[in-house]
Formats: sequence, structure tokens, C-alpha cells
Amino acid sequence: MYSEVQLESLPAAQELQPGLVAVAMSGGVDSSTVAAVLQRQGRPIVGLTMQLWNQRRLPELQGDRPAQHRCCSLDDVYDAKRVAQHLSFPHYVVNFEEQFEERVVRPFVQQYLAGRTPIACTNCNTDVKFEPLLRMARQIGAERLATGHYARIRRNEKTGRYELLRARDDTKDQSYFLWGLTQEQLSRSEFPLGELTKEEVRALAREVKLPVAEKPESMELCFVPNGNYVQFIHAYTRERGEPIHDAAGDIVTEDGAVIGQHTGVHNYTIGQRKGLGFSAGKPVYVLAIDKANNRIIVGEDEALRTSTFEIEGVNWISIAEPAAPLRVMAKIRHKHEPAAAKVEALPDLRARITFDAPQRAITPGQAAVVYDGDVVLAGGWIK
Amino acid sequence: MKRIYLDHNATTAVEPAVLEAMLPYFAGEFGNASSIHTFGQRAREGVETARDQVAALLNARPQEIVFTSGGTESDNHAIFGVVAAAARSLTANKPAPHIVTSSIEHEAVLNACQALENQGVAVSYLDVGDSGLVDPGAMRRAIRPETILITVMHANNELGTVQPLEEIGRIAAEADVYFHTDAVQSVGKIPVDVKALQLDLLSLSGHKLYGPKGVGALFIKSGTRLRQFLYGGHHQRGFRPGTENVPGIVGLGKAAELAGLHLESDAARIASLRDRLEQGLLARVPDARANAAEAPRTPNTCNITFPGIEGEALIIALDLKGLACSTGAACSSGAVEPSHVLTAIGLSAADARATIRFSLGRHTSEEEIAAAQEVVPAAVAQLRQLSPTYRREVSA
Repeated sequence: MYSEVQLESLPAAQELQPGLVAVAMSGGVDSSTVAAVLQRQGRPIVGLTMQLWNQRRLPELQGDRPAQHRCCSLDDVYDAKRVAQHLSFPHYVVNFEEQFEERVVRPFVQQYLAGRTPIACTNCNTDVKFEPLLRMARQIGAERLATGHYARIRRNEKTGRYELLRARDDTKDQSYFLWGLTQEQLSRSEFPLGELTKEEVRALAREVKLPVAEKPESMELCFVPNGNYVQFIHAYTRERGEPIHDAAGDIVTEDGAVIGQHTGVHNYTIGQRKGLGFSAGKPVYVLAIDKANNRIIVGEDEALRTSTFEIEGVNWISIAEPAAPLRVMAKIRHKHEPAAAKVEALPDLRARITFDAPQRAITPGQAAVVYDGDVVLAGGWIK
Repeated sequence: MKRIYLDHNATTAVEPAVLEAMLPYFAGEFGNASSIHTFGQRAREGVETARDQVAALLNARPQEIVFTSGGTESDNHAIFGVVAAAARSLTANKPAPHIVTSSIEHEAVLNACQALENQGVAVSYLDVGDSGLVDPGAMRRAIRPETILITVMHANNELGTVQPLEEIGRIAAEADVYFHTDAVQSVGKIPVDVKALQLDLLSLSGHKLYGPKGVGALFIKSGTRLRQFLYGGHHQRGFRPGTENVPGIVGLGKAAELAGLHLESDAARIASLRDRLEQGLLARVPDARANAAEAPRTPNTCNITFPGIEGEALIIALDLKGLACSTGAACSSGAVEPSHVLTAIGLSAADARATIRFSLGRHTSEEEIAAAQEVVPAAVAQLRQLSPTYRREVSA
């Protein structure tokens, strides 16, 4: 019945691992299509949808719009279930609200309050999807976990290591968010969309008449309504009985001259121009966030550009930690165009990255990921 | 895959004889039981037969039975109804009316009590020990001059423990306090006699005793001052307006009749299967513990903690192997909070989450219990192998 669609890039069933595969289903088109792809390969599957956040919490954030098209909304859980019913495979909702709050939401808020700019999706991957969810998948009898990430996994027969690679569709590549995975996690994971383009995924979804085939993509951080993370931080800290008071402080130049007031370091990110609350002669940007002294340091665009920085919590993913510096392409945020650099491993899971040409707004709390071609060599948190 | 259903406390299949009794009332005998004409009279006959059947099962009089949409409505009707009727005789300078209940009630009772607390009613939630039983002495001490209602469930949905209603009924009668029980989990499983238990109000639900969903009943002892819960026409003498769900009511009546016929033989057979399952699992799964197993229990329920596992994962693993059971109340599946019943009997949050309820039924077979004794230990072992918290100490 699927003969019309020819997706030659899909691996044949005989090359694949045997056994039950759990599919992490968000209710979106990507993860739903994963289920369709695996089913077409003739593999037994079970769908798991994580309940990560109670949408009834922080009601002041709900506004007038119903909670929809965000992860964990009942609509999305319902969509995932409809897909499972449509394709006739078992599906379960599993609750990881506690782990999500502890490992993703709370660190996210704490990082902002510490003057950093966190990426929640990386923590969610490393510490929720590929940790308790993968474990539960295996506990219920699945050999592996498949997700809708656009990235690829390959086993290098020479080194014996599992390698993480960029997706074939460069515009959808999500390898930047997956650098924290261990060899054990990679060995149990599959990213069936890594070989497909978004268009092919939509086409396949339509071909098998997935009820979510036309669903729009969600771009927002799943637990933050309307993308307003500042409002979220205020509501969350209030709920925990630790409301933010007296967060205001000085905005200073690089020479230390006070030129304005800020409303709390969590409202700012490196490289930000708008919302500084004053107009100087030349455009000024946030250069640094000095939480210890509760100051925002501003300056001209040129001062934002730096070459050398350190990362911590480094995970050497596709290769063992190298003894000598390596030439790489490094990426310092999701939308950054990778740039030529040198990476040097340091003790205590640290590394130093030196760009050939200075890069704009290297931001503490974001991740830096280094590539050799398509292969993710390592990643770490910018200090 | 031949599936095994061990979740009868969540719901039961409609008995073929019940379905057969209901079928004529969907299309042929479709009349409104309140109509004067023959169509209506035939429907009325079906409803009144059902009322007789339900009353007989409870040792009540037919006029004391009001049909509702189910256990939740019956509980709400009883609790709000008693408070609203009492409030009329209370004046502003008297203390707030007071209700005594237990900490292990179903949410239909607990949340109704909490809603009343928000309206100024005082509520005492009696603790239960690890036996899962309300202490009658504590009940006696909890009663105050302004106490108007005792509501204590008959059998607990998660543990199966049967509360000492006879003693509580005596206490309620002595104190002249209305006595309600949520008997959703006991009716059809053990004998329920509203006179012996000195009950004023009792809630039951059709689908727990092989009847249909969406129908239940409230026993209201004659003379009980109870404000009506819904407002509308004069159906059921004004106690419960709304056109009667005739097929559902007929089904509930037939199910009640069958329950009365089968009760004794079912109970003995099911209890022996339940005991075999429980003892088998305790013997085959290291560190497994049965909860509240010393207390009087309904014959079909057992509740077992498998330390080191997540109940949610075990339910899924077992379902994939064709065995249906539950982590507790069906309504709490998917909730984060560990079961309030299990924490009330002293389980830690981790142990509460590692706990599974098996509830057997009229058609559970020996073969199914034998299969469950194979499947469950294997699934627990698989979960524990990957558990970050379970490290079995191996002695040399």
C-alpha cells in the first residue's frame, strides 16, 4: 500500500536491529512520521508520549489563548494517540513531570538568574529523553528508542564508537542539541529522520494520511507560553515562594561608567541591543552580564567579537578525548554558522576553543559544538 | 494475543444476561418512564423492576433507591445534600457543620469534602494505620456536637480493605449523625445490608458489578433530610430529576439481581484465586510485599509493592504482554502524585509508585492466574535489571 512513495534513503529492514522499538512521540509531524517510517520497515513499535509539564500550573501565563501546539498540552497527547490508533500500534502516556522540572525547568530558571543564557532542549535530551525515557523504553521491553530528531548515528567500525552526525537536511539539523549523549545512549537510539528532508517527512506523513500531517511546527520552548521566558521566570519563582525582588542594578560601560539602570540580569542576553532603556549616540549592546556585582556591561558591536573561550562539562562524543589540538568547525548557538577554529582538551572536562576569526556574542550558558565535517566531535557549555 | 484482565476494580464487562435485559429498552421499549401512555408505562415497569432488584440486594425498600449517573453523582448528592439540608437549620452564631471521613476515600468523596471546606464546613479526615482500616475509637472521638455526617467508604478501591461499618454505624446511630458510605467497590463483591450497617445513605455504581457505565444508585433511608442535588422535573419523586436512563437502569437492576445470586459462590472462588496469585507473587518476586493483607478485604483485590520499580513502567510492560492491571485508582493513572491511599497506610512515595493493584473478577480463570504468576515476576525482573534504585544484595 506504500508503493507510491519511494524514499531510497530509508535503510532496508534487513540492515536494522531486531526487536521492539519505542518511539518518543510528541504529537508533532516529525515524531509521528518516525512511527510511520519504522512501521514501513516492518519493525514492531510502541509509542511513548512524555507528560512533562502540567499546563494548569502558573495559570497567570495562560492568557486568552487555549494551551495548544505546545508540548504536553492535552491536544498534543491526543494527537500522538490518534496517530498510534491510525497506524495501529500500542501507545502510552508516561509521566516525567518531576524529572523535567528538576533537570530542565529549574536549571533553566537558575541559569537566567545567574546571568547566563541557557538552552533547555539540550538538558531535556541528555537528562530526560535519553535518560529516564530511554530507560523506561528498555524496561517495558524495547531494545531501542527512536526520536524525531534530525541527526544521524553511525557506528565507526575502526574505532568501535558510535558517532553523531549532522542531519542530511542541513536546514533542519538538530545535532547541536544532542552533543551530551553518551556512547551507551547512542547505541540504543535511532533518528530515522536524519536521512530525510523536511519535505520528504511531510510527504510521507501525507502519504500514510497521518492525522497530524498538516500540523504547524512548534518553535517555542515547550513549557514557556508565548515565548515569554521572563514572564515565566517571574511566575515560576513566585510559585516556589522565592519571588524576584530588587533585581535592578547598574548598566555600565567597559570603563565602569554608570550610564543607566537594568531591571534584573535575567532580562538580558549577550549581544542584545533592544530594551536597554536608554539611547546612546552609537548603538550599544550587552557585552557581559556581571551577576556578582549585579551589573550589565555594554559597549559597541566591535567589542562583542572574541576569539578564545572555554567550555565546561565537555562530552567527547564521536571520538576519544584528543591528546593534541584539533582543527574543527565550531558552532556557538543553534543559528550560528559554524566557523573554523582550533579545539584543545583541558583537564576536568574542559576545552579551549580558538576561532580563526573573532565571532560575535559568545554567550555563557549556550553550548559550543565542534564538528569535523558532518561528525560531531564534542560539545560543552560556554563558561 | 489472548489478553488477561485483572483490573475489575476499574470496571467490569457487562454480563451477557444484563446486556440482553437492556437491549429491548433502546429501541422497542423506548418510552419515557414518566409518560402516561403505554410506551411510558412499559419503560416505567422496567425501571421499577430494577428498583426492586437493587433494593433487594441491599436489604432496602424500593422507595429508598434513587437512580443516578454513577458513583460520583451519588457521593456528591449524599454529601452536599446532607450539608445543604442541615444548613437550613443552622444559624450564623452556631459553629460550622462538621463532617467526619477517612483519609483513604475515593476522590469523589474527598474532593466533595474539600469543596465544602472551602465553603466553611469543617471536615475531619481520620487516619488509617498500615492495616488500612479506620479505628472506631478514633471515629467516636472525632464526633462533635455540630457533626452532621459520617462518610466512610465500605471497601477501598486500591487495597480492597473493608471498613468496620457495623461499628461505625452504631457510633453514628448513638450520636444521631447521618451515616453515608461509598459502597461502589463492595456492592456485588461482599454482602451489603443497609439495615445491619445502620446506613442512612449508600452510593453504588453499575459498571463495577457487571452492569453498564453511566448508571448508579443512591440509597436514601426513609426520613433522611437531604436537599436535592439537581433541579428539574419531578422524576424519581423530585429526588433526582432528569429523564431516567431506562436501559442503564434496567441493566443495573439485572446486574444487582445476578450479584445477589452469585455473591457467595463467586466470593469463595475468587478469593482462592486471589490468594493463589498473591502468595505466588510474594514467593516468586524477591522483596515483594502485600499491602493491608491482614485486614478484612474484598475477595478480588490484592495490592503488592515491588520495591525498585516504577509502577507505570510495569503496567506498560505487562500490557504489552497482554496482562491488564493498574497502579491504583484508574483516575490517578498518569498523575504524578503517589496514591493518597498508599501514603496513608505508610508507604514512602517511592514504594507507593512501585505498587500494583490486581483485581480479579467473576470470569477470572485458574489458567489466567497461572499465567499472571509467570508474566509478572519476569516483567519485574526485567524492570529491576535497569532500575537505578534497585540493587539486590547478593549474599555469598
